[in-house]
Amino acid sequence: MTHPSDPGQIPVLALQGISKSFGAVRALREVSLELFPGEVHALAGENGAGKSTLIKTLAGVHRPDAGQVLLDGAPVVFHGPGDARDAGIAVIYQEPTLFPDLSIAENIFMSRRPRRTLGRIDHKATHAATAALMRRLGVDLDPDRPARGLSIADQQIVEIAKALSFDARVLIMDEPTAALTGSEVARLFGVVRTLREQGAAVLFISHRLEEIFEICQKVTTLRDGAWIGSESLAGMTEDDLVRRMVGRDLDELYPKQDVAPGEVALSVRRLTREGVFTDVSFEVRRGEIVGLAGLVGAGRTEVARAVFGVDRWDAGEVTVDGRPLANGAPSTAMAAGLALVPEDRRAQGLVMNMSIERNIGLTGLRTTVRAGLVDRGAERSRSLDWAVKLQVKYARIADAVSTLSGGNQQKVVLAKWLATRPKVLIVDEPTRGIDVGTKAEVHRLLSELAADGVAVLMISSDLPEILGMADRVLVMHEGRLTAEIPRSDATEETVMAAATGRAAA
Amino acid sequence: MTATAPQQAPAPDVSEPDGTRLVDRVLRMRELAILAVFLVMIAVTQAGNSEFLSEQGIKDLLLNATILVLVATGQSLVVITRNVDLSVGSTLGISAFAAGTCLQGGGSSVVAVLLAVLTGVGFGLLNGLLVSLGQVPALVVTLGTLYVIRGIDSIWVGSRQITAADLPGGFVDFGSGGIFAVPYLALIALAVLVATGYYLKHYGSGRELYALGSNPEAARLAGIPVRKRILAAYTFCGALAGLAGALYLARFGNVDSGTGNGYELTVVSAVVVGGVVFTGGSGSVYGAALGALLLTSVNSVLPALGVSSVWVLAINGILLILAIAVDRIVALRVASALKKRNVRHA
Repeated sequence: MTHPSDPGQIPVLALQGISKSFGAVRALREVSLELFPGEVHALAGENGAGKSTLIKTLAGVHRPDAGQVLLDGAPVVFHGPGDARDAGIAVIYQEPTLFPDLSIAENIFMSRRPRRTLGRIDHKATHAATAALMRRLGVDLDPDRPARGLSIADQQIVEIAKALSFDARVLIMDEPTAALTGSEVARLFGVVRTLREQGAAVLFISHRLEEIFEICQKVTTLRDGAWIGSESLAGMTEDDLVRRMVGRDLDELYPKQDVAPGEVALSVRRLTREGVFTDVSFEVRRGEIVGLAGLVGAGRTEVARAVFGVDRWDAGEVTVDGRPLANGAPSTAMAAGLALVPEDRRAQGLVMNMSIERNIGLTGLRTTVRAGLVDRGAERSRSLDWAVKLQVKYARIADAVSTLSGGNQQKVVLAKWLATRPKVLIVDEPTRGIDVGTKAEVHRLLSELAADGVAVLMISSDLPEILGMADRVLVMHEGRLTAEIPRSDATEETVMAAATGRAAA
Repeated sequence: MTATAPQQAPAPDVSEPDGTRLVDRVLRMRELAILAVFLVMIAVTQAGNSEFLSEQGIKDLLLNATILVLVATGQSLVVITRNVDLSVGSTLGISAFAAGTCLQGGGSSVVAVLLAVLTGVGFGLLNGLLVSLGQVPALVVTLGTLYVIRGIDSIWVGSRQITAADLPGGFVDFGSGGIFAVPYLALIALAVLVATGYYLKHYGSGRELYALGSNPEAARLAGIPVRKRILAAYTFCGALAGLAGALYLARFGNVDSGTGNGYELTVVSAVVVGGVVFTGGSGSVYGAALGALLLTSVNSVLPALGVSSVWVLAINGILLILAIAVDRIVALRVASALKKRNVRHA
């Protein structure tokens, strides 16, 4: 800890007694926060605790109902995101906010374009400055390529470059690591440490507690919009932090039950999709949880999509209970007992403005349709049943899914698929961006399903999750399966070595 | 136009990094494709009818395209922001009549043109305010103003008509005159086009139009004054529709309450054929202008080839669908090319 913040120092940015309500919902109640130069400050709290609202208040998106924002000790009012940026505050949101049609260089310098005579944009200087930023970040991205089609990790890099481009004094990062894998997180942390050493104040939000302990010096905890405390992380344990966040002791985060694997439920043989993945073979047995690890872009999601029939495969075979599946036919895959909980729940897993009841009901239309019409009563009881089983927290089952928190949305997606009583469940990043409490519940659920004889294939970029939950770990690297590691041998080192292609473990 | 010079002037040295400007290249290809189709069409027609490219023939081609090019240029700005202005036909009609009335009453040509532009600015502002403040889909809002403006026009104009005889000779002569085969009106449209294209590429607010069409939420978070930009795009679009109204008057000398009726759909077709993507964020005014040139040329080409002009609409429709199909295919290709790059970088 190079810069212990002595009490006499003035925070660069501070919140004092901030309250903010949206209608009847009190998102923040008298929250305070102080960010000092040269310090990485964690913001902890479950989903729905008010973290996003707090960030948006700092970023000038929301104006507080009560309380003050202090910049260098003096009260300020941000009338919009532009004001906050001009004050030197950079925000990296959970979902990258890039312009897909514009080049990387333009994205980075959108609000601070180098100018030449007559106020024209200096395209040459923009390009050069972007290239310099990319070198500084140690990445090989062409400044002139469009942002469309960038991987999430690269999008994050562009967001960071944006913050670097105007020498931000305060950098706010909302779950920057949620979609990143080990080496990318390490790269990101390298950048954060450099910024800190240069005297920037960083506010860091992550659901991965070990990351908070790795990079942060202080932590402010929120629970249900209320301020719980701001304290030094030194001497604190993960359990202490979790207790502050959830207000109770957590059960084991990875409640893995030991199950003797049964017969083979899902078998994938020499599956190939040209240019995406090659020669992928594996089996998942009943009662088994198989983890599929690898870097983002290694082809894990693509394999899952092909197995389920969303994308076609070019060669190979997929069988469920020994019966081959048709190529590119999700409905036959579902009929065979396959279920896929996709990576991006908002875009692929849910119809956001439809009710909880109907979202869960979507997979059961075959069973709830009577004489061509949906039997609303049957749909409702089926949905209620599953929503209760998974302890989805909602006001009314007829509420739109978009009103739920991320963790509860994920539960709805799970409910939707579990309602089909699958034999094989494929989950893609089942706990990305959801809070610790819900995460443990999802893990317990997966464990129980396996114990009931469901074969589970779990894709995850969260290494502790893979190591904690999987009976076997499959690792992909650049479209190929590079390793199969039994639970007893699986460590961060062996998995990462295979994922980065350093060694075939 | 001094503004055009710097585009080619700086030495083409380091600014283009080994030809990897994928976006630019694809866009340029898109525009070149329309140009190629246009040139082939002209060549085929000329081969079939050697009279086609006479001085008068070229002049007619350009004159016919002029008004559509102007309105399509304005429309492009709006479409780039992920909006649309369906009221341009009505605005053109009422502006033309306003200019005509002014000239009839003895006003000078300059005042008449200014009046037409200001009329357009007024209705553009109205559209912009409704769209940016009302948070209502532009399609619906401007469909409403299309009828409102047309209604005002009908009430005001009634069964009156302005003919060339009512207008000062100089004004009408200007409308049909030119330097050799290039009409003055076409030069005006070209000047507006090039200035707009230059602005969009080299000015921050121009790039912001693309940004907010590309991702409105990100634009808001980036501190781009979204409402102001949309308002400006609509105002500009209205202004050009107004200017086009004045040029319409100069070219045809004949305006009544039905002038410009249904024109908005031709304009939108030209913009889309020209590669300005309807979901915003992509395309150029040059493309839109080429689209306009292509669509209006079909009108001249068919008679020259002895084909009945009843085919015009069907052919325009086919061009539109072809353009959309090509855009879709190109988009898919680009997406897969970018993905492959990712895999290599990962």
